[in-house]
Parts: sequence; C-alpha cells; structure tokens
Amino acid sequence: MAGTGKAHLRSGDALLRVEDLVVEFPVGRTGLKVNAVSGISFDVMRGETLGIVGESGCGKSTTGRGIMQLPSPNSGAVVFNGQDLSQLTGSDMREARTKIQMIFQDPISSLNPRRKVRDIVKEPLDIWKRGTSAEQDARVDKVLEDVGIDPQRAAESQPHQFSGGQCQRISIARSLVLDPSLIICDEPVSALDVSVQAQVLNLLEDLKAAYGLTMIFIAHDLAVVKNISDRVAVMYLGKLCEVATSDDLYRRPAHHYTKVLLDSIPVPDPSRPVAHGRIEGEPPSPVLPPTGCRFHTRCPAASDRCRNEEPQMRDVGDNHFVACHHPAWGGDAPVSITR
Amino acid sequence: MSDFLEVTDVFTHFETPRGQVRAVDGVTFTLERGKTLGIVGESGSGKTILSRTIMGLLPTRGTVRGGTIRYKGEEIQGRAPSEMRDIWGKQMAMIFQDPMSSLNPLMKIGMQIAEPLIHNLDMPKDQALATAKRLLDDVRIPESVKRLNQYPHELSGGMRQRVMIAIALACGPNLLLADEPTTALDVTVQAQILDLLREQRQDRNMSMILVTHDLGVVAGHTDEIAVMYGGKIVEKAPTDGLFKNMLMPYTAALLESIPKMNRPSHTRLTTIPGRPPDLVSPPAGCRFAPRCPAAQERCHSEEPPLSSAGSPGHVYACWYPVGSPVYREAIERRAKETV
Repeated sequence: MAGTGKAHLRSGDALLRVEDLVVEFPVGRTGLKVNAVSGISFDVMRGETLGIVGESGCGKSTTGRGIMQLPSPNSGAVVFNGQDLSQLTGSDMREARTKIQMIFQDPISSLNPRRKVRDIVKEPLDIWKRGTSAEQDARVDKVLEDVGIDPQRAAESQPHQFSGGQCQRISIARSLVLDPSLIICDEPVSALDVSVQAQVLNLLEDLKAAYGLTMIFIAHDLAVVKNISDRVAVMYLGKLCEVATSDDLYRRPAHHYTKVLLDSIPVPDPSRPVAHGRIEGEPPSPVLPPTGCRFHTRCPAASDRCRNEEPQMRDVGDNHFVACHHPAWGGDAPVSITR
Repeated sequence: MSDFLEVTDVFTHFETPRGQVRAVDGVTFTLERGKTLGIVGESGSGKTILSRTIMGLLPTRGTVRGGTIRYKGEEIQGRAPSEMRDIWGKQMAMIFQDPMSSLNPLMKIGMQIAEPLIHNLDMPKDQALATAKRLLDDVRIPESVKRLNQYPHELSGGMRQRVMIAIALACGPNLLLADEPTTALDVTVQAQILDLLREQRQDRNMSMILVTHDLGVVAGHTDEIAVMYGGKIVEKAPTDGLFKNMLMPYTAALLESIPKMNRPSHTRLTTIPGRPPDLVSPPAGCRFAPRCPAAQERCHSEEPPLSSAGSPGHVYACWYPVGSPVYREAIERRAKETV
C-alpha cells in the first residue's frame, strides 16, 4: 500500500477534496519526524459517507484533524466547498469550522463536566450570536429531541448524570446545532457497548438524512465502517491502500493489507472456519517508514519492485482503486499467494 | 460432573451509598480441565466481577460474597489473600485488558516474568531468567534475549500483552482467566493473540475463562459460552449449539445488534431499546423484561429459572424463548405496529 496518486479522485460536485495531505510531527530535537500522514488524497461527494479504516497509528485520526487544520498540515490542499482551508487566515478558518464539526471517541471527556448539558449544546450558538434567544432555545430543543435527549432533563443535568451512549448523543447534538455540512466522526462508537452502538449508528444514519449531512467516518472496526459508509478508504502507515465502494471493497479486496484486515475480524459464527490470512508482527515505525510500498515488510506478495518503487493508486475497474504493484485481482500479472 | 472448577450459586454484592449493588447475583457453572468457557456480556453485566470473584481479587471491605467456588475439589471462596497465594500463579492466573497499566513501568521485562518463578517456585534468579527467555519465545516475542532487558514502554501494545501472557503462564497454571485480553488491541494483533492463547492452552492442557463483550471473539475460541445480563447467567450452551439455536431473547438481540460483514452497507441495525438494569434495585421478574421485545406480564413479576433446552448443556432463563409461539406472536405484533 502505501501508495500515492490521485486516480481515485472524481470529477464533479465534491464537498471536500483533499490533495497530497502531509502531516508530520517532530520527534523531540532529534531532527527525526513522525510521518503520520504522507501525501494522501481523497474526495467526499455531497451527501456521501466516506469511511476511513486502519489500525492504530495509521494516521486516520490525524487525517480527520488535518481537514479541520488542527494542526495545520505540513503541506497539501484541503478544498472544502471550493475554498482551500489551508490558505485561510485565523478568523476565516474559525468561520469555516462552523461548517465542519467533529465527534470524538470518548463522549464523556469531550463534554465539560461542570456545565449543564443544555448549555453545552447551546454554546456554539452563543459564540456565533445566531438568532435571537428564543430562536436559539427552539433550535437547541429541536436538536436535543432529534438525538433522543429530553431537553428538560438536559437543562437540569450535567454530563455525568448521563450514560456513555447518551453523552455521545449530546456530543452529536452539539455538533449539529450550527447546521454544519460535514461531520467528521472519529471512532464515535468505539467506547460504547454493542447494543448502544447500534442505537448511535442508526441515529447517525437518520440525522444524516434529516440534516442533509456529508460524513467522514473514521474507525478501526471494519464491520461498523462497512455498515455506515458509501465508500471506504483503507489506510496503512500514513498512506492510502485501497478506495472502493463499501460493498465492493468487502466483497473483493484487491490490496493484500485489506484482505489481511478482513480475515482478522472475528466473525460471530463458529461454523465459519477461522481464517488463516494472518500476518506476523506489527506495523513498522512511522518515524522510519519502509521504502517503496510501506506494506512490503509484511506483505505476502512483496517483490523487489515493492521495496524500491512506491505503487500509485490506479483504477482496477468498477470505481475500485488500489495502490499495489501486485494486487489480488485486476493487476497486470495477478499474484496468487500460497502459504 | 467435573471437579475441576465448580461455581455454585455465587453472588458478589458491593455496599455503596445508594445501597447494595448486586454485581453478580447467583451464578452457577462448571468447567472441565482443558476446556474454554467464554463469558459474554455488556458493561455492567457482572462478567468482570465474576472472574475476579473466582480469582479472589476483590476488596474485602464493603463486599458481600456468597456461594461456593470449588477448585479441584477444594473450597476457595472467601479465602484470605495469604491463603490464595498458593493458588495464584501456580494454579490460576489472570490476564487483563490493559497491558500497559498491568506491567510495572520501572522493572525490566525479564525480571517481571522471573519474579513469580522466584517467589512461587523458589527458583534461583539465573534459572528464572533463563525460563523467562523461554517463555518469551513461547509467546513468540522476537529477539527474546534483548527483550529481557527492556522496559514496558519500549514495547508495543501487542508485545506487552504477550509479556502479560508470559507472566501468567510462568508458573504453569491449570486455569487461565482472560478478562478482555484483546479489547485494547488492533484486529490483526487481536487475531495473533487469540491464536497464541489457543495454542498455549492446548499445549499445556489448561482451562480458560475468556471474558469479553465480543461475540465474534468467543465464537471462534471457546467450547462453551455463558451469556450474562444484570449479574446473572441468562443462557449457557456449547458454542456451536448456542449460535445455532439462541433461546434467550437477549442473546439473540445482542447478536442482531452487531453490524455484519456479509450484509450490504446501510443495513438498518436492530437495536435493544433502553439500558441495562440498575443493579441496586434490579427489576422484579426477568431482568431483561423492560427491554425485551416479547415481554409478557409474567416476565415482569416472576423470575424465570435456568431451564434445559433439551440439547446437552444448553440452559436458558426465559418464559417465552425465541421460537416459542408467544415470542413469535409478540414479534409479529410489534413488527406490524412499527410499520
């Protein structure tokens, strides 16, 4: 994986278009740097949900934050609604952020524990002086009701009086109150129990339709991402491996890393044999990423070419894009893996 | 009947300012040598407290315990820590969810593995360190000699969990309690750790209790599954039998609420409405009744006992199990109402 390239970018009415995004963090004063995100490109059409999956440290959260310019990426363009966010000044960026909202993994720590829930949800309206006081109240009540929180109780209670699932609903309400067009969800259901997770996922789907939202859904759980996304991008060590429609990606993964990820998921069905597409070891350090394809150190199909030359994203048909020299299918010389 | 581990009518209640929390409330099961029991449940179902009760790792103050836990024919419930020391490590060992906070950050890996060998088995230090190296090889940590002299922060999360497993295995326990051993890990690493646990269990003829919230994890790695809800076992069956024939509506609802890889994206998830019961004042009757799609009057007043499902080892606690006429009728009626 580990590919660059923009073959997968579409023409047309993209709400968000990210090109060659690079985010690096210095490692102390060593002169070294963490290559968190190394030149990725993707686009999100209006009304679409893009899923970004990958393991810890692959740069998926950094990508989400890079879009928000938190922190500003080292290079690359983030074009939102025709405006390059990386070129905006402070106050223009603040204004632009009202249209892009984030929801985080830990709902309890993302709410101020000392304030009343209703005030937390109302605060963005206060800051931006949106409407009269009565209009603000009406807006807050509506949004709270839409996420399934009783506005009366929200006015009287603090976050600790709500469960984790309810706190996540409150976070969602806060993100919706300014009427954003893009919501970036960073592992929004990872901290929740499965029964509550299903409630929140259904809620996100409903709100997406009701509020006309576009979503970026970042998560490590492939089944969750598949369920909610239209298109999925797989990341590994700061690079994109594969981009395809959700159903197609899962039906016929072309990248060997995607295949390994899918095979690793424990399936709640004992009659299905445990898959043996295991890979050994763990991802290498993003401080000194491998040359060529970043996955070549663990890839069952790696060749000399993979060690030296970085694969470019290319179309293998049906809107399915892969950055691999020897994809499982759709390549010039398909490689069958026998192990 | 097995005399390896017999847990009979065990309860663990905690005194709190709000009243007694009935965390584990009358649990009975047996475990044979060499077998794996999966305990599945959501947060607050009592699964972790049950495993800690068996291990004898509970605070003494404010804890009310009852029932019997017989290990190899001997009663171990309520033993003082000084008496449990003969059992911890040599007979029973436990691994926890968070490998970072379970390891001593100031002690080298080698010494942490050697410590139980020195204390429990009176092994000389050099011999203990040599054994530690062998254990690191067993849990497939590369460059084991070098690792002996490293500190936990120098290892990745997956490697730390391998070290935890090595420590747990050090004194050759017959029973391994694993409390969410892979929840903090990435899927590819999770698959590796689960394979490792299976292999070590088979090599050592160990029994294992695998506590998890993930039905996918237990499906592939256990012989038998106990589903917990509100401090009680609500269904218990051999793994294959349970997935073929789920009788308790909670078990079925739990499985239904998980997004499945083989369903198309945007499939509406079946949710379990409401939240788990408050264990200070649990509902009378069946504890799942307030959330159950098929609950009848009887369910709210009379608690269903664990009764046999007909097939060997399959028990469930429900008046109107999945597939029964009353259940089917209730589900159909509900489906009509929502249309």
